[in-house]
Amino acid sequence: MNRQLLRLSVLSMVLLAVLIGATTYWQSWAGADLANRQDNAVEAVAQLQIHRGRILASNGQVLAWSTPHRKKGLTIYSRHYPTNGLFSQIVGYATSGDNQVGLEQSYDDYLTGANTNLSNVLQSTLDRLGGETVHGDDVYLTVKPALQALALHDLAGRCGAVVAMNPKTGAIYAMASSPTYNQNLIEQPSGFGKIKHVKGSCGDASALVDNATAGLYPPGSTFKLVTASAALDTGIYKPTSPFYDPGYCIDYGKPVYNASAPDSPGGHEAYGNVDLSEALEHSINAVFCKVGEHIGAARILEYAKRYGFYAPPPLDLPPDESQASGLYNHGKLWYPKDPDTQVDSGRLAFGQERMLVTPLQMALVASTIADGGAEPKPYLVQKIVAHDGSTVAKTSPQVLGHPIKPSTAAELNQMMQLVVQGGTGTNAQIPGVEVAGKTGTAEIGLGDVYDAWFVCFAPANHPKIAVAVAVEKQPNGFGGSVAAPIAKDILEKLLGG
Amino acid sequence: MIGVAVFAATLLWLRGDFRVLERYKYVFGVTALFLLFLPLAPGIGETVNGSRLWIHFAGLQFQPGELGKIALIVFLAAYLREKREVLAQGRLKDWGPLLAIWGGAMLVLVATDDLGSALLYYGIFLALLYVATARAAFVAAALALFVAGSVLVTYLVSHVHERVTDWLSPWSSHPVFCPLTGHMAYRQDCQSYQLVQSLYSIAHGGFGGTGLGHGIVTTAAGGPVVPDLNTDFIYSALAQELGLIGAAALLLLYMAFVLRGFRIALSASDGFSKLLAAGLSFGFAFQTFVIVGGITRVIPLTGITLPFVSYGGSSILSNFLLVAGLLLVSHRANREKAA
Repeated sequence: MNRQLLRLSVLSMVLLAVLIGATTYWQSWAGADLANRQDNAVEAVAQLQIHRGRILASNGQVLAWSTPHRKKGLTIYSRHYPTNGLFSQIVGYATSGDNQVGLEQSYDDYLTGANTNLSNVLQSTLDRLGGETVHGDDVYLTVKPALQALALHDLAGRCGAVVAMNPKTGAIYAMASSPTYNQNLIEQPSGFGKIKHVKGSCGDASALVDNATAGLYPPGSTFKLVTASAALDTGIYKPTSPFYDPGYCIDYGKPVYNASAPDSPGGHEAYGNVDLSEALEHSINAVFCKVGEHIGAARILEYAKRYGFYAPPPLDLPPDESQASGLYNHGKLWYPKDPDTQVDSGRLAFGQERMLVTPLQMALVASTIADGGAEPKPYLVQKIVAHDGSTVAKTSPQVLGHPIKPSTAAELNQMMQLVVQGGTGTNAQIPGVEVAGKTGTAEIGLGDVYDAWFVCFAPANHPKIAVAVAVEKQPNGFGGSVAAPIAKDILEKLLGG
Repeated sequence: MIGVAVFAATLLWLRGDFRVLERYKYVFGVTALFLLFLPLAPGIGETVNGSRLWIHFAGLQFQPGELGKIALIVFLAAYLREKREVLAQGRLKDWGPLLAIWGGAMLVLVATDDLGSALLYYGIFLALLYVATARAAFVAAALALFVAGSVLVTYLVSHVHERVTDWLSPWSSHPVFCPLTGHMAYRQDCQSYQLVQSLYSIAHGGFGGTGLGHGIVTTAAGGPVVPDLNTDFIYSALAQELGLIGAAALLLLYMAFVLRGFRIALSASDGFSKLLAAGLSFGFAFQTFVIVGGITRVIPLTGITLPFVSYGGSSILSNFLLVAGLLLVSHRANREKAA
């Protein structure tokens, strides 16, 4: 009987050993997958028990923080956003249901203390064993609340966005999207319904969408900066290249007119003999139409791509909260196989056709010209600081690439200064500061209702800030009259303070 | 407290020679059957988690199957000791008792909707049959019978069928019919909610656990994360709070205990003692396997308790009886050696 007994005891040991193996599987290999499942009620509570890190502006102002309270014997934390919608689209929100948006999502691992180095892992494991609260890291942003508040104030409920950034480092100073919403509404009953009621002047815009990174607008004449980049950088044209402007350009057998002349109703501006520099200064469509037809859509799109079009800007927001700029066909990003035959080069050259861009992309174009041809990588997060005060990570500025030569950048810089000195952008003049800029007034198929643009940087010789402003659906609203004054406010605020 | 008292009383009562139990084997057999079917009695039986395992009597909740298990082991040890030679010859007419017990296990399974207990009793029976007759073919045949019966029952009894589906695919990618609410819902939100949340609970423990008393047992809304945590799902709470280290330590402790039990069986001199000790030890190990295996998705989930750890009077009581039995066999073996 003893042999059977031995075998039975071995079987018993195997059965119990299988259980150790199964437990090991769930607690190690399968653990991460299980923790990420939406229906995980344990992890949902675990997240609430973590003292989530704060999100702060560059001046230390708190944009998001968590407070503890007791509920059914548990200490749980709830999230608060004290700035009343100032940075809603950037900061995003984190709900008690373990849903995150914006930086709350992309920096969730840091904010919950999950993404730490070896010594921190040891510390947090010890904390957990001792029943101590896990503290997340604080995330410090590059944004300046005063500048952001000014941008939102100037947008005044109109739909649109303002992006202000350091053209050398890529640090974002302000990224305002209007209309905005109060993140504290999210966790209220029917909170999303309340946010849907927030409407801008354009009506259908959702306040939850970040117009600066995901708002796609026709760039209008601001796109002439890209066309001019291609024209100058390839050496085909010089700023002094001569043109004759009859007031229109024959494109596909039809005349495309310049903007209407203010002093002759029904008539159109005609400048006669000009050079390329003057054509940019006065934003003459007829000249850029000719330039476009000569250099071709393929070259223009090639330079657009160099500037980062056709890929979402590499910002630290979640990927689904940014859109790529470029030609759009039936609502989809479209890169034509043979641009010179499939795309109207003349109209593309002054930013119509089917070109759609984000304000952030245009701010990057301005930054590249300001930075002598080097395009900075934009970033919102400056550093990450652990609960004990030690710095966990720090962002060092990076260069995305060199879309244009330094000489081309210098020429464009000069031409953009003329725009503000005596062209379409005079509303952006600041006494004692050379401002370089470019207006845009994009037709959107609504008659005299336009999307108004202004992109600029200052001081022109030692740029400290680059700005892009887009204001949607403005009746008789031109880039120079609607967007340039907002950009000027932003420049003055930063350069003055 | 009651457990310790019963433990002491058992030791005192049987300190002379526990083998008197052998004489009353049919009393134990009948008692075992009576206890197994007791929850089915109208008025005192109660259905918990779809299984009719509990009885309510004089304000006490009681799972009679737990005591029935001990009685069954005593009966089997005595019966098999007596009939082992006859059974080992393998004549057809000797298959009678085997088939009867197989029928009994299936009946328990169908009547109480409880796969776990049926598995446990039948497993103990097979183990002892093997030890007594040394005929692996018997065991194989009986095992085949059980599997065939189980498959049949799985198809016929919806409750068992559901448990098997929940085991094979606890997460559904699209809503399925939820019998609890009558609406469509993801399976992880309905039928397999308990199992899935229990897995989350285990996984949350990680290597070191959350620390005793710091485990997450209530949801943000205040309800229990895992229903029946203190009884059926105690292991998931334990694995969360003590982590892999603690859970593995507990299972290693169980292994040591079971090995100790088999050593007692080996050192015992008579067949009844050997079979009794082996039955008690294997029953302990197998019960642990059935419940923890169910929680860790090794086998379908069944509603039986984890020895010594689950909260529940009947479980603790029966486990103290189990230890008492092992101690008695051990004591006798030592005395004989000394003599």
